[in-house]
Amino acid sequence: MTTKSQAVLNWIDERFPLTSSIKGHLTEYYAPKNFNFWYFFGSLALLVLVIQILTGIFLVMHYKPDASLNAAGVPVAFASVEYIMREVPGGWLIRYLHSTGASAFFIVVYLHMFRGLLYGSYRKPRELIWIFGTLIFLVLMAEAFMGYLLPWGQMSFWGAQVIVNLFSAIPVIGPDLSLVIRGDYVVSDATLNRFFSFHVIAVPLVLIGLVVAHIIALHEVGSNNPDGVEIKKKKDANGIPLDGIPFHPYYTVKDIVGVVAFLFFFSAVVFFAPEGGGYFLEFNNFIPADPLKTPPHIAPVWYFTPFYSILRAVTYPLFGLDAKFWGVVAMGASVVIIAFLPWLDRSPVKSIRYKGPIFKIAVAIFVVCFFILGYLGVLPPTPGRTLVSQICSVLYFAFFLLMPWYSKLDKCKAEPERVNFK
Amino acid sequence: MSVDQKMDSSRRTLLLATSAAGGAAAVATAVPFVASLTPSERAKAAGAPVEVDVGKLAPGEMMTVEWRGKPVWILRRTPEMLASLDKTDEKVSDPASDKPMQPEYAKNKYRSIKPEYLVAVGICTHLGCSPSEKFKMGAESGMGADWPGGFLCPCHGSLFDLAGRVYSSMPAPDNLEIPPHQYLADTTILVGEDGKA
Repeated sequence: MTTKSQAVLNWIDERFPLTSSIKGHLTEYYAPKNFNFWYFFGSLALLVLVIQILTGIFLVMHYKPDASLNAAGVPVAFASVEYIMREVPGGWLIRYLHSTGASAFFIVVYLHMFRGLLYGSYRKPRELIWIFGTLIFLVLMAEAFMGYLLPWGQMSFWGAQVIVNLFSAIPVIGPDLSLVIRGDYVVSDATLNRFFSFHVIAVPLVLIGLVVAHIIALHEVGSNNPDGVEIKKKKDANGIPLDGIPFHPYYTVKDIVGVVAFLFFFSAVVFFAPEGGGYFLEFNNFIPADPLKTPPHIAPVWYFTPFYSILRAVTYPLFGLDAKFWGVVAMGASVVIIAFLPWLDRSPVKSIRYKGPIFKIAVAIFVVCFFILGYLGVLPPTPGRTLVSQICSVLYFAFFLLMPWYSKLDKCKAEPERVNFK
Repeated sequence: MSVDQKMDSSRRTLLLATSAAGGAAAVATAVPFVASLTPSERAKAAGAPVEVDVGKLAPGEMMTVEWRGKPVWILRRTPEMLASLDKTDEKVSDPASDKPMQPEYAKNKYRSIKPEYLVAVGICTHLGCSPSEKFKMGAESGMGADWPGGFLCPCHGSLFDLAGRVYSSMPAPDNLEIPPHQYLADTTILVGEDGKA
């Protein structure tokens, strides 16, 4: 480095921790050398967050959160989305990037969470990373739900109607709470405007704050790895983990490969199937919202369907409270219970590589149930399907609630001293 | 702060008092923000009653009018439709309409003022979807051979009979709401206001 640029850097470093931050988080942040492809999804989630924020900024320049009807009798909000699609130069691409980005976000986040489940990334000392992550997932669901109201289509309207009414199931405060959420007696212009405000300002701020907390906590304790062994236990004379490599350049370069592969698939969807076969953008949402007519079949967007199925599976009243209330409780619990994984898993090893058959079977059953619940969530209910979703809901909760026992009973293999690396 | 230092307790009291006062002020500041989330005066005023002429409604036909932003159904029931309510008596969870989902004058077998006309808020008591018409009886409705006619909520499958009574063991906990209404003339209904008012 030339003396002049060194001088500039020194000037900055005396006033702001630039060099030390770059070292601490990149060039001298040591990550395990045995990351496999599952470890792409964290950086990909960050990439999708950037895509969503960037495209969102440009969409807000043309979108109008207004439920009143224009001269042609179409709600202004709905018409402004069509305006973006048809008349704003490049608008269609920005909008499809944003709508596809929402689904991509959930795909990437679900895979990222599953990685944590496989390799025990939630175990001590990474409990807080996991809790921040669960909160990110919750906030992300709120963000997606509020964003889905904005196009003011039939699915936007009736989806919001159903979800906001969930809160009215809470005893005593419920009806007033849902009134405060809507700001009106039905989903209306007031609701649209506040969801817009939350979707573009409040929730993204919280989301970014949580992502920062997630990464700070990660860099404090260091990353887990597919073998689930702590690389910090074996250090060289300089205090550098023997199985660690600097995040930059090794993993920045590796993650670029993941980014390119991801953008390959992402672009294919954006350009050739932006509606995702009716799963990313539901067909009924191309009809303007009509408060007097519910579409014949309502289903949430795919990423909510497993939890929605759990909601529908509860059909028995209990303790004098409606089935509706318990359905809401079950749905809430099915998300919140994820946060408790660090304390439910009592296995002596972290990674599934060294866990025994019981845990592997439990994970397999859990995944199958999750997919079945997700699939049933997009279909209209029938008695048979309700029964299947009830069985899967029970198994979903059993996976978590029985874990303290079966993870202890399991016959685990011994963890290696060092990570496996070929 | 080291333990052996003497603490000035009057300063500590002042600190607590100012913190409490500051906290109370912060909470008080939240009031207008929370209040701004509740329905505005305009939203509250939008509940004016709606006058409906049902003269052109043929037997077995239903019309939908908007009242307070909600769909209100007016169904002109045929004698067969009214007879079907006897069959559904044992299938519904609240056959005598004991729960207060209707004004006193509609707390009867037909849940209406005149048996012929059912006036009901077309919003499922589960999560607020609008149930769809399944008036045809039997297999033709696609609801099974013994279907006596009624409504099906598309969202979570709740069933209602032709008086808006919910079937037992359905996601929806209550019968459909009967709004306050009155007859201004033989075939003119005012939705949103009862005669007493």
